[in-house]
Amino acid sequence: MDFLATLFTDFGAQILSTVTAAFAIAAIGLNLHFGYTGLLNIGQAGFMLLGAYGFAITIRFGGPFWLGVLVAIVAAVIFALILGLPTLKLRGYYLAIVTIAAAEILRIVGGNQSLGPVTGGVAGIGNQVYSPAFTALSPFPQDGSFSLGPYTYPLTVGDSWYLRIVSWIVLALVAVLVLLLMRSPWGRTIRGIREDEDAVRSLGKNVYLYKMQALILGGVIGALGGMLFVLGTSVQPDSLGRSTTFLLYTIVLLGGAATVFGPVLGAVLYFMVIIGLQDVVGQFVPPEIMSQQQVPQFGYIVVGIGLMLLVIFRPQGILGNKKELSFGD
Amino acid sequence: MVEYTGTGAPVVDAQHLDAGYLPGINILNDCSLQAYPGELIGIIGPNGAGKSTLLKSLFGLVPIRGGSVTLNGEDITNQKANKLVQAGVGFVPQSDNVFPSLTIEENLQMGLFLRPAKLAERLEAIYDLFPVLQQRRAQRAGGLSGGERQSVAMARALMMEPSVLLLDEPSAGLSPVRQDETFIRTRKINRTGVTVIMVEQNARRCLQICDRGYVLDQGRNSYTGTGRELADDPKVIELYLGTLAKDVEELTDGPLPA
Amino acid sequence: MLVAALGVLSGLLLPALPAQASSSPTPSASSSAAAGDSSAIRATATCAQTDTTACVAGTLRDADTNPVRGATVTLAAGGTPVATKTSAEGTFSFTVTAAGRYTLSLDESTLPEGLTPGNGTERTITARLGALSPAGFALEGAQQGGETDPEATPQGDTSAFGRFWNQVSLGLLLGLLLALGAIGLSLVYGTTGLSNFAHAEQVTLGGFLGYVFAVQLGVPFVLAGVIVIVLCALTGTVQDRLIWQPLRRRGLGLTQLMVVTIGLQLALQYVYQFIFGGGVRPVSRTIQANTGPLNITPNAYIAMAISVVVLIGVGLLLQRTRIGRATRAVADNRPLAAASGIDVDRIIRLVWTIAAGLAGLAGLLYALVYGGIAWNTGAELLLLLFPAVTLGGFGTAFGALVGSLVIGLVTQLSSLVLTAQLRYASALLILIVVLIFRPQGILGRRSRVG
Repeated sequence: MDFLATLFTDFGAQILSTVTAAFAIAAIGLNLHFGYTGLLNIGQAGFMLLGAYGFAITIRFGGPFWLGVLVAIVAAVIFALILGLPTLKLRGYYLAIVTIAAAEILRIVGGNQSLGPVTGGVAGIGNQVYSPAFTALSPFPQDGSFSLGPYTYPLTVGDSWYLRIVSWIVLALVAVLVLLLMRSPWGRTIRGIREDEDAVRSLGKNVYLYKMQALILGGVIGALGGMLFVLGTSVQPDSLGRSTTFLLYTIVLLGGAATVFGPVLGAVLYFMVIIGLQDVVGQFVPPEIMSQQQVPQFGYIVVGIGLMLLVIFRPQGILGNKKELSFGD
Repeated sequence: MVEYTGTGAPVVDAQHLDAGYLPGINILNDCSLQAYPGELIGIIGPNGAGKSTLLKSLFGLVPIRGGSVTLNGEDITNQKANKLVQAGVGFVPQSDNVFPSLTIEENLQMGLFLRPAKLAERLEAIYDLFPVLQQRRAQRAGGLSGGERQSVAMARALMMEPSVLLLDEPSAGLSPVRQDETFIRTRKINRTGVTVIMVEQNARRCLQICDRGYVLDQGRNSYTGTGRELADDPKVIELYLGTLAKDVEELTDGPLPA
Repeated sequence: MLVAALGVLSGLLLPALPAQASSSPTPSASSSAAAGDSSAIRATATCAQTDTTACVAGTLRDADTNPVRGATVTLAAGGTPVATKTSAEGTFSFTVTAAGRYTLSLDESTLPEGLTPGNGTERTITARLGALSPAGFALEGAQQGGETDPEATPQGDTSAFGRFWNQVSLGLLLGLLLALGAIGLSLVYGTTGLSNFAHAEQVTLGGFLGYVFAVQLGVPFVLAGVIVIVLCALTGTVQDRLIWQPLRRRGLGLTQLMVVTIGLQLALQYVYQFIFGGGVRPVSRTIQANTGPLNITPNAYIAMAISVVVLIGVGLLLQRTRIGRATRAVADNRPLAAASGIDVDRIIRLVWTIAAGLAGLAGLLYALVYGGIAWNTGAELLLLLFPAVTLGGFGTAFGALVGSLVIGLVTQLSSLVLTAQLRYASALLILIVVLIFRPQGILGRRSRVG
């Protein structure tokens, strides 16, 4: 019973965590691309990383908090333009290849030692550099902590309630934004593009422009997720690589592509699976078979196979509608 | 309706076919067709009647959900295309009917993929029938005009010496002169003993050369008869052949508009 | 006590290097490694000890345990000393080919301001083959500011043309190995329309199977190579039979299929890491000196020769044989190929088999030439394979070859001016530029772009 108690406590902690919210936000952005518009962006982690860099570097060089946020957003917009301009008129996989390539360029260049004074190289930027600008805005006292049931966190500093609350508020705002957008004519148009681009074009709509808008918006949402993610951890280029993007796909497809809450549900479920895996392996599997260090690797194997099975057997995920499949050709 | 009783058993016998591309949606409903040895069959009908679907289902390209097809008495329902080619059925699609990056000769070689040993002999025979292809044998098919592609496509299908040739709108997109050439060539091929089943938009010309025609409407056959019978049938004229000539006569008989 | 923590390095630390990229052997790492002529000591970015090599490695830290970077550390055994600078993480690492006593010395003048050696600047290290000898120096004091020279690796002292020529030869080598992988990727795309993101994992598989047979099981290399290629080819056959053919029959869209390959890529990559760990696994125990006009190792010449022969073979197969023409026919027009009597499923099965076999060969040769294979080698190579295939024109085999050579040359030549890691960035940049100006690739046809 102890084990179950620990497991459920860990579930709760993980669900509340900033990382879950940050991934849910980035997944909502990806869902806007992939689920609603049918854009195969395989570089969402690049948007996250760019948001993180834009934010952290601005503050590192003395910029105020809101300027950092603005820089992150502008950087994501420019990145989306660079990716979209050459590819959105071509077949889907060109965008796929360019986005994965561009995201990798960002990761590689960011991690390059010669940029150390700016990006921190492979080691990245520790959150002590930029977190103070964020915690200074906290409505809570700077010191002290607060307990809610089994969960005790500092109020403002570090892995705090403040950060959790902000993360979930941002998530809620982003979800509501997408909900409203999808009920608007704009949302109907981009879904129409996913279903039949030519039909939308024949209605006199500029498909290219709509796709670009969707790419930019989803990318900016990804950058927001990236910023929150590094507020909880640190800016490390290698933690926001391809595997992160693939994980986001799994999250979107698990919850249900082209649904507003699918990515949120997907993120929560995904992290529950990973935590559960960790607890179960730690408790029941002898280290000769699988050590604790191997659990994350095993987790990725599960994610990969899970992604395959989902796409094949339940492409609509948990919340999705089979009739509104997000896969065009 | 005219019931045709040919000599001997039919080469192709399609009975009560139901078929369609999408699950649950049938384009063919209870459609039947027989072709007897040496016949030239034309299938006509309005757009969306299921003419091409019928032809493709005979060739296993559209899944058949009800009914059966036999070839010389053997069941070939939903048989894979490469098996049908082996059994002596040739198929010429309406569009995308050549391998664009292959040369003409390579295209023809692909037609005889299943019997590579007979390549030299068959190439000679086909080049006799299509002399122009021999001159341009090393040219890539992607660079050919529509009419030339049609020749390559038909030549490719003939490489295997099929006993039954299925043609999907062979005259589509061709100029009237080329259309006539295509029809004449089709008739020639048919005269060598090949049973031909062709789908045609150009109903009038088709009925002029074919032995027997099927008129399809909404996935069913509504009329069958010899080409001449159908061409003269007022209902067929009204519905499918059009009454342009009559309309123009009526117009010119009456007072011309000022 | 102000004596700093000495650099402690256990064998565990090396494979646990954080960078996704850094544990993968890269062409340039080997070029600098191979450039150390016939000397038995080489400074290496990371160290993989085998039965015929030993490692001397450590981490330099100050009193606050912060890594000390840019300090010069020298290893000698009587002959010419070999020097290296500590990395950003304060690590240094040497690979030696002979057991025995070595002298490790620290250049005091290269230490950052405020640091002094606490216990001398020389150490005697005993190296044993197949083992890692941890080494370090105790340092007193803490770094001020901590910003030091970020340039970690010293450059060779050859002439400008010498360096250029060396990069050209390395570029050809890399390009040929890439071509082995790219042609399979391109053929699968051509015949099925699938952009297979898991293709480079087949390359990794070839390297690891080479490690298992040639090193772990001690099978003679040529025989091991044949076994590896056959096994890799079989994984292609089985994969098509078990996964791709059923999915084609189910009528899965190409986008869906592509996401399936992404999942497979992720799973395979971590299966490799799960089984083989984070380190670099060699396929051969010999260490060779550079030689000949291209200034590369004999193994590299052999790898190039094998690649050229195999690529010509594949080209002839496609152009001259009946099956090859049928493959092109399927790529051109699948329904018509079926209507011509070609068994399309059989051709596609064959393409998967050949693609996987070629990829396995690429991985085996890659591991032979670049010192080994790591769990993420394939994932890194994919970043070169896609640009290569796109550059040449998706779906054309000859284009894949040309694209691979261009990408190989560009990545290697760009390291004349850029640091090693940025080479990938330059390849990807080319990809983006090509897509802007000529999306069908150099040799591709406009109609494929759509």
